Amino acid sequence: MSGAVDEAPGGAGPQRLRLATVWLAGCSGCHMSFLDLDEWLFDLARQVEIVYSPIASDTKIFPAGVDLCLVEGAVANTDNLALAQQLRDRSRVVISFGDCAVGGNVPALRNLWDASPQAVLNRGYMELADRSAQHPRAIGIVPELLPQVLPLHAVIAVDHYLPGCPPSAERIRAFLEPLLRGEPPPMQGAAMLRFG
Amino acid sequence: MSVLTLWVDGAAVAVPAGASLLEASRAANVEVPTLCHLDGLAPVGACRLCLVEVDLPGDGSPTRLVPACSTAAGEGLVVRTATVQLQRFRRMAVELLFAEGNHVCAFCVANGACELQDAAVAVGMDHSRFPFQYPRRHVDASHPHFVIDHHRCILCTRCVRVCDEIEGAHVWDVANRGSHCQIIAGLDQPWGTVEACTSCGKCVDVCPTGALAHNDDTTAEKRAARERPALLRSARERQRWHNQGGPP
Amino acid sequence: MASMLRCCSASGCRSAGGEALQQALVEARSRAGAGDGAPVIKAVGCLRLCSRGPLVAVDGPAGSVLYGEVPSARAAELLEACAAPPRAAAARRALASHALDLRHPFFALQEPVVLETCGLIDPESIDDAMAHGAYSTLHRCQAELTPAQVREQVRLSGLRGRGGAGYPTGLKWDTVALQPPGPRWLVANADEGDPGAFMDRAVLEGDPHRLIEGMAIAAWAVGADQGLIYVRAEYPLAIARLRRALAEVQARGQLGSLRLRVRVGAGAYVCGEETALLASIQGRRGNPRPRPPYPAQLGLWGAPTLINNVETLAAIPAILRRGAADYAALGTAGSRGTKVFSLSGAVRHTGLVEVPMGTSLRTIVVTMGGGVPGGEGADGGVKAVQTGGPSGGCIPAALLDTPVDYEGLRALGSMMGSGGMVVIDQATGMLELARYFMRFSVAESCGKCVPCRAGTVQLLQLLDRFCDQRASPADLAQLHDLCAMVKATSLCGLGQCAPNPVLSTLRHFHQEVVSALAVAPGGAP
Ligand SMILES: Cc1cc2nc3c(=O)[nH]c(=O)nc-3n(C[C@H](O)[C@H](O)[C@H](O)COP(=O)(O)O)c2cc1C
Ligand code: SF4
Ligand code: SF4
Ligand code: SF4
Ligand code: SF4
Ligand code: FES
Ligand code: FES
Repeated sequence: MSGAVDEAPGGAGPQRLRLATVWLAGCSGCHMSFLDLDEWLFDLARQVEIVYSPIASDTKIFPAGVDLCLVEGAVANTDNLALAQQLRDRSRVVISFGDCAVGGNVPALRNLWDASPQAVLNRGYMELADRSAQHPRAIGIVPELLPQVLPLHAVIAVDHYLPGCPPSAERIRAFLEPLLRGEPPPMQGAAMLRFG
Repeated sequence: MSVLTLWVDGAAVAVPAGASLLEASRAANVEVPTLCHLDGLAPVGACRLCLVEVDLPGDGSPTRLVPACSTAAGEGLVVRTATVQLQRFRRMAVELLFAEGNHVCAFCVANGACELQDAAVAVGMDHSRFPFQYPRRHVDASHPHFVIDHHRCILCTRCVRVCDEIEGAHVWDVANRGSHCQIIAGLDQPWGTVEACTSCGKCVDVCPTGALAHNDDTTAEKRAARERPALLRSARERQRWHNQGGPP
Repeated sequence: MASMLRCCSASGCRSAGGEALQQALVEARSRAGAGDGAPVIKAVGCLRLCSRGPLVAVDGPAGSVLYGEVPSARAAELLEACAAPPRAAAARRALASHALDLRHPFFALQEPVVLETCGLIDPESIDDAMAHGAYSTLHRCQAELTPAQVREQVRLSGLRGRGGAGYPTGLKWDTVALQPPGPRWLVANADEGDPGAFMDRAVLEGDPHRLIEGMAIAAWAVGADQGLIYVRAEYPLAIARLRRALAEVQARGQLGSLRLRVRVGAGAYVCGEETALLASIQGRRGNPRPRPPYPAQLGLWGAPTLINNVETLAAIPAILRRGAADYAALGTAGSRGTKVFSLSGAVRHTGLVEVPMGTSLRTIVVTMGGGVPGGEGADGGVKAVQTGGPSGGCIPAALLDTPVDYEGLRALGSMMGSGGMVVIDQATGMLELARYFMRFSVAESCGKCVPCRAGTVQLLQLLDRFCDQRASPADLAQLHDLCAMVKATSLCGLGQCAPNPVLSTLRHFHQEVVSALAVAPGGAP
């Protein structure tokens, strides 16, 4: 894959894989489901070092030398796009995590509305506002919407797809366990594949 | 009744003359994915999921791809149902279906009871390589009991056929061409205004997706009854009705 | 022989002012006092070189000359040109710049069989057609041969269907004839929908009785007593002439108990596909259905139905008159007889050519067609020749020596199709051309089966990426994969052939495809 990893994974001691989880345009449900892994999270913590994550790390800059990167959410705005490209450059294996990353899903419903992001904003912030209708415009702070919401693989190369809305904790675990051993995840059957 | 012998994925099976290749496959315990076909309705060969490879006996003519649902079994045919190429084609067909409509399984009435969703699993689809089209379709909730959400319609025409062939009301039809095709009620009018509709619910029963549903069902509440046409057809043919007693 | 002005009254010349010219001729003749010796003015079918319309053929004691692009103001001179030699000479000299050289290969290399009386007879006069032999072969067949003998002649002639697929006609007739006893139908497919195809129109507009005679022979040979001609609605003149011809021939009792009627299509290309056509005739949505059963087994209202293309049926009277062997002596081993092509696009001489099968593309396009206007060199500036319309492909100039027959074109990834031949010049981008045809398939897909309904849309979008230089190598792989899938899995010929224009571009113009890739592969969409 693109983006050579400069640093060796892990640090001193037993080599732990460097794991990142990223939250793009999604509802955070996939991350919640990740937290549903409960005590297995302790097992996971022994095998990986979480180097970037909205739920398990305070790092604000996506680090270099990431081994595995789970990406929740579709690509809806310029920030999403920039982060997607950055994480691709800095990660060995990128995983579309959940139906929004895999196919656009709920966030992409706005593609049905009108071709222009402006029309979407009008609908959301003006027409439907009960009071103080106002556009969320703050250049440099609020990112611009892209013309269309896209699945992750439409903007960067993706190595694995983990569908589900959200993928259940069992599915996440069944996916990660082999991957951590360096084996391909068993993407077969309704338990692993079914959308929704 | 004469009997034909043929080979399905290497196993010899005997079927009555007139059986389809789909029936022959089932006789060989081989599952061929289907979407537009439904037992009890006339086959149309539209979705192309059930395509199988066929060699005609001994004439060395090139292998052909034929729809199992609408091709008659023939003596001595050699049928392969799951070659690598067929599997690739099937996955592409399912991806094309997802890409041409608007499917958000997570909040679909048919989530968990959808044949398209199942087909995606069967063909191993973990994402669509084809960009989604986001067609602007509409929802018709004018019927007192049912609703049709065209975003989820895969144009299998099961509703058209069941209403015509079994219910005899012929409420549904297909309008327009190509990717603009759409199921229409009556003369392209709100379903609730079509007087021919008997509200029998058969179209809702057979719809493979969440396109047709009871209007009081919400996310993941659809309970389809896709076996009904076959039951009704056989009951009519054999003049035997479970609720009227008589010999089984 | 009385001298005569044959005015082309077919659609091509009509659009160039043919009717006005004919009117001017009639007026000029009455001004000159239409005595006994006044020339006959006759409306005829296509005179072949449509691009020079309106065409008028002058047959007089001083010989025959063909004039093109004649303004109505020159009507009096045209009349003069029919006169005896001394008077005609001056008029013919004055009209010299409009004279077309009948010794030019465009005319000289034609081998009229299907079109043998197109351009000679008045298509609105059954008397004229019969004076030229119409219906004599029908009566001879019925008097002297059995239906089986007729079918044998057709089989021996080697005639193959001209509607595109090239199915052996005799075999099809036998299949219909040998079905269990019961009613049978005959259908002439006059839906001619390929862009750039107008061969069947020439027959319908120029010689409708030939089609009707061919149908009558076919009906008799397979035991059908009812027939329909399914004509596309876009051919109003053809429809009018056919209806008139049918009324006349039925009034004369030439067809015995056979009943023939015209059915007008509703503008869907796919209704040219035989099973869609049958559905359309029966008042249903024009969707194809899986075959078998073939229409020969299960057709109109469940009866065995013979469906043939117009040109196929129009070849029948000549075959039975000349004899199967004589017809089979024309053409190649696998493709007997002649084929009518409609030559259009970037070519000097646009029009209809009927040549023996196996004639090389170079002969048709460069020698007869004159190549691209202003084009030079052995290839006449031709970049490629598109055959088979949206189902066919482009053959590059390097392969111009290919003999045109069913197998030859198929081996090159194109198709004979119905006979449209569009010449492509150097300025045309092959990817744009492929996209044009894909757009056609997207618009004309009936929408029944998934690969064609949804796959062609995706193919079109992929081609957009190439045409806009946005395509990545992954898009190229996707294009290959999807073409293979749509071709292999679509229900009917429309979808099965829709990828052909793309595949032939990938095969013969790969360089153009590669150089259309985005500069930085995998660029963001
Ligand atoms: C999409 C499609 C369009 C077709 N259009 C025509 C047509 O316009 N005219 C025609 O004669 N055949 C057309 N055909 C071929 C017919 O299906 C059929 O093969 C033909 O009419 C048989 O006649 P023949 O054996 O004389 O060729 C078409 C086929 C397809 C798949
Ligand atoms: S119809 Fe089926 S595939 Fe479509 S959204 Fe509903 S559950 Fe998903
Ligand atoms: S409810 Fe019954 S009658 Fe009404 S459209 Fe559906 S199948 Fe037809
Ligand atoms: S509404 Fe349902 S049954 Fe009818 S065509 Fe659409 S998907 Fe098929
Ligand atoms: S290939 Fe196209 S035109 Fe033919 S049946 Fe399928 S959708 Fe219709
Ligand atoms: S199930 Fe056979 S084509 Fe759809
Ligand atoms: S239409 Fe007049 S020459 Fe062809």
